[in-house]
This record gives sequence, structure tokens and C-alpha cells, in this order.
Amino acid sequence: MTTQHVTVTVNGEVREADVEPRLLLVHLLRDTFGLTGTHVGCDTSHCGACTVHLDGRSAKSCTVLAVQADGATVTTIEGISSGAALHPLQQAFWDQHGLQCGFCTPGMIMQSAWLLGENPDPSEDEIREGIAGNLCRCTGYVNIVKAIQQAAGELRASESAPVVAAETVEGQEVSAAPAAG
Amino acid sequence: MIPAQVDYVRPADIGEALRILQEREGEAKVLAGGYSLIPLLKLRLAQPGILVDIAKLGMDGVSEDDDWLRIGARTTHRAFHEHPIVVDHYPMLRSVAGGIGDPQVRNWGTIGGSVAHADPAADWPAVLLATHAQVVVRGGDGERTIPAREFFLDTFTTAIAPTEILTEVRIPRRRRRVGGGFAKLERKAGDFATVAACTTVQLAEDGSIARAGIALTAVAETPFAATDAEAVLIGQRPSEEAFRAAGVAAGAQSRPAADIRGPVEYKRAMAAEMVVRALRVATQRALAFG
Repeated sequence: MTTQHVTVTVNGEVREADVEPRLLLVHLLRDTFGLTGTHVGCDTSHCGACTVHLDGRSAKSCTVLAVQADGATVTTIEGISSGAALHPLQQAFWDQHGLQCGFCTPGMIMQSAWLLGENPDPSEDEIREGIAGNLCRCTGYVNIVKAIQQAAGELRASESAPVVAAETVEGQEVSAAPAAG
Repeated sequence: MIPAQVDYVRPADIGEALRILQEREGEAKVLAGGYSLIPLLKLRLAQPGILVDIAKLGMDGVSEDDDWLRIGARTTHRAFHEHPIVVDHYPMLRSVAGGIGDPQVRNWGTIGGSVAHADPAADWPAVLLATHAQVVVRGGDGERTIPAREFFLDTFTTAIAPTEILTEVRIPRRRRRVGGGFAKLERKAGDFATVAACTTVQLAEDGSIARAGIALTAVAETPFAATDAEAVLIGQRPSEEAFRAAGVAAGAQSRPAADIRGPVEYKRAMAAEMVVRALRVATQRALAFG
């Protein structure tokens, strides 16, 4: 058995591992790096529970080999918010009861984050089309759609909010505009 | 599900990729987006000895020359869907790209990969057949161009040699009075087609149908051109009767298998219906682009 060395920037941190070429990205994230927020649902590329961002594009990490991600940047659910503050999507899923069992939620949020990055003001149809690759067996999707609409509104509001204070901290200019996901 | 052990290389140029395909002939498999191949590896329906990842080989541009819309093999469904040329001039092709799988699949799955994979229920092969496209492949001896109608040989089987790489798909550039339509019946979002039909219509000056291309997917061992249905339309005025006659001919030419998506007679009837719907749209677009 031969292994190959991979270097992947995961949630801003450079991580390295020696992996068999057959190892799937989702297993690299979960088993090697201990990032178990990314779930394995169907394992057949259908359900989207394993959705992460790979070089900025949403991907089903059960359908990517870890070696394909060598040199790439990966964002998982653990990396979507900064510190203890929830990402607007996480807060909105909470507020709108966008989950019941919660198993699909990490993938659903990662896919929604990608969708809102591409289309900050999606219609309900565009939201439903945008999450067509993510299955939820609890909610019937109604509250998930509401959650994404809520988050979209908040993200748009924060994007368009005037920069109140371009403060200077230790000589460095700091923008007050929040870093939207 | 875990794939069997396999070697993996990501060559920096196509020459190196072709050399590896030559050296490991018969056990090497080209990996592009992976959204068709990796599921097969996980099910162990495919167990290649080595994967040749073409991620570094470029081949992801879309352009037009005098004769062709040229699509690099590594162009993703999404990149194609968003490309200005496609947005402006190719509504049928755009609708196909937007209807493949789901957003994640479209983010990574490539048009060349879909064509090379040749799933009997895939959408792009029917498009290539209906439009009389060409498939460009490169091997150690250089490049060759294969007409789409000589490319899809059988289920998951194409005219690409094991030592060749698909580099480009060429679809005839859209002319005036030409329109395309694509109609797909699917059970649920993201499913493969129960049946899908791709049609192109070229109208003559007098409004009659000068040329027609009709191809079906998911109703035979491989996507196929419904040549009987094409012949029915030539010289006809576009009409519901003519479309229906073509649909019936296409249904008769299909060889569907009964499965969870329906029995044979249902699929034959739906093949006819999808041809009718696709022809309506193709004709409207041909008239609109007069």
C-alpha cells in the first residue's frame, strides 16, 4: 500500500497527512483531522450531508478523493463562523426551526452559504433549486427555506450597511463591515 | 463505501498524461470532476489500477469559431451554464446544463466526463447526437475527431481508445432559423431521466423543416439518434400532427427496459411525448432566431 502526502488548508489552517489515494475527502476531514461536523449520510453522492466548500465551490466530500484536494482550500461547517458567534445561517436555522434531527444541517448550511455567495437575493424557487442536492427527511424543507431567506436578508443588510467606523487599531485600518460567509 | 486500492497521479501536462495511459494501458482511468467515476469506484463497479487526474490540464474554455461552439472537456456544467456565449445564444444547451444532477454535481461534474462516461441515461450524449456534434480526442499519435453519431457504441462504451483523452466537444455553431429543444422526464429533483429527448430544427425560407435532429436518452442501451423520426419531419410544415408523427416514430425506435422508472410501454409513450414537447420548443426558438 502506497500513501501520498497531501497538504490541505482547512478552515484557514494548513493541515497535512499521508493518505491512501482511495481515501475520500470526507474521511480525511472526519477521521484524520477530527472535524466530525461534516456528516456521512447516504455515501452515494445523493444526500449532500457531506457538503463542504472546496476552493470556494460547494462539493460533496464523499465524492472527492483526498488526493484531489491536495493544495486546495476547504471550508467545513466548523469554519463558517468566527469565534463563538453563529453565522447568520446557523442563527437562522435555529430561529426558523430549520432542523429537527439535525443530521442534514451541516451540509444544508454549507450549500446555502455557497448559494448566497453566488446569489445574495434568491427567490424561493432559486433557494429550492439551490438546495436540490441536499436531502432533509424531517422538515419538509419549508422551514429550511425560511431560514435561508432570513439569513439572506441579514447578510444583504450587513453588506449594504454603511461602514460606521473605519477604526484604526494599532495603526492598522480595520473595516467595520462584517465578514460575510 | 470505500474504493479499492488504486494509484493516483495528477500530471502537469497532457503529454505526461498520455504517456501514463500508454504505460498502464488497460488499467488506467482518466479522472475529471469525479462525479460519475468516484461513485463507480465506491461501488467497485470500476476498479482501475491507476487514476490519471486531468485537473491540471486546462481544457476548460468555451469559445465559438466560424463553424463550432467549442467546449473544453473539463468545462463544468455550471461554468458552461454561466458562460456569456451560452447565456446569449444557446438556450437549449443552457437548459440542459442547468438540469444535470444537482448544484454540487454541476459545480464539479464536467461535460467531457459525462460524454466519456456514456451513461445510457445521461443528457449530454443525446444533445451531441441531435446536434451532429463532434468529439475531439488526443492520443500518442495526435488528435482525431469523431462524429457524435459514431461515438456512443454501447452502455458506458465509446469510441475513445484506452490510451486517448477526450479534449473537446464541438457543437455546430447556431445559425439563423435553427432552434433546439430539450425535454426531460424525471421522477424527482436530481434524478437521471426516465426519458429525455433533444431536438434541433432548421427551418427553410418557406417555413418548412429543412433539417431535424432528434436523439433520445434512457430508452435504449445507449443514447441514440431517432433517425426514423428525423426523416418524418423533413419537408413538413411544423405542426402538432408532424411533431406527433415524429414522436411516435421515435418511440417505436426506442428499446426501453422496464425498471423502477416504469414499464416498457410507458417509457415508449413518454419518449414520444418528450419528442413532441422538445420539437415545440425547438420550432419556437428557430422562429425567434429568424
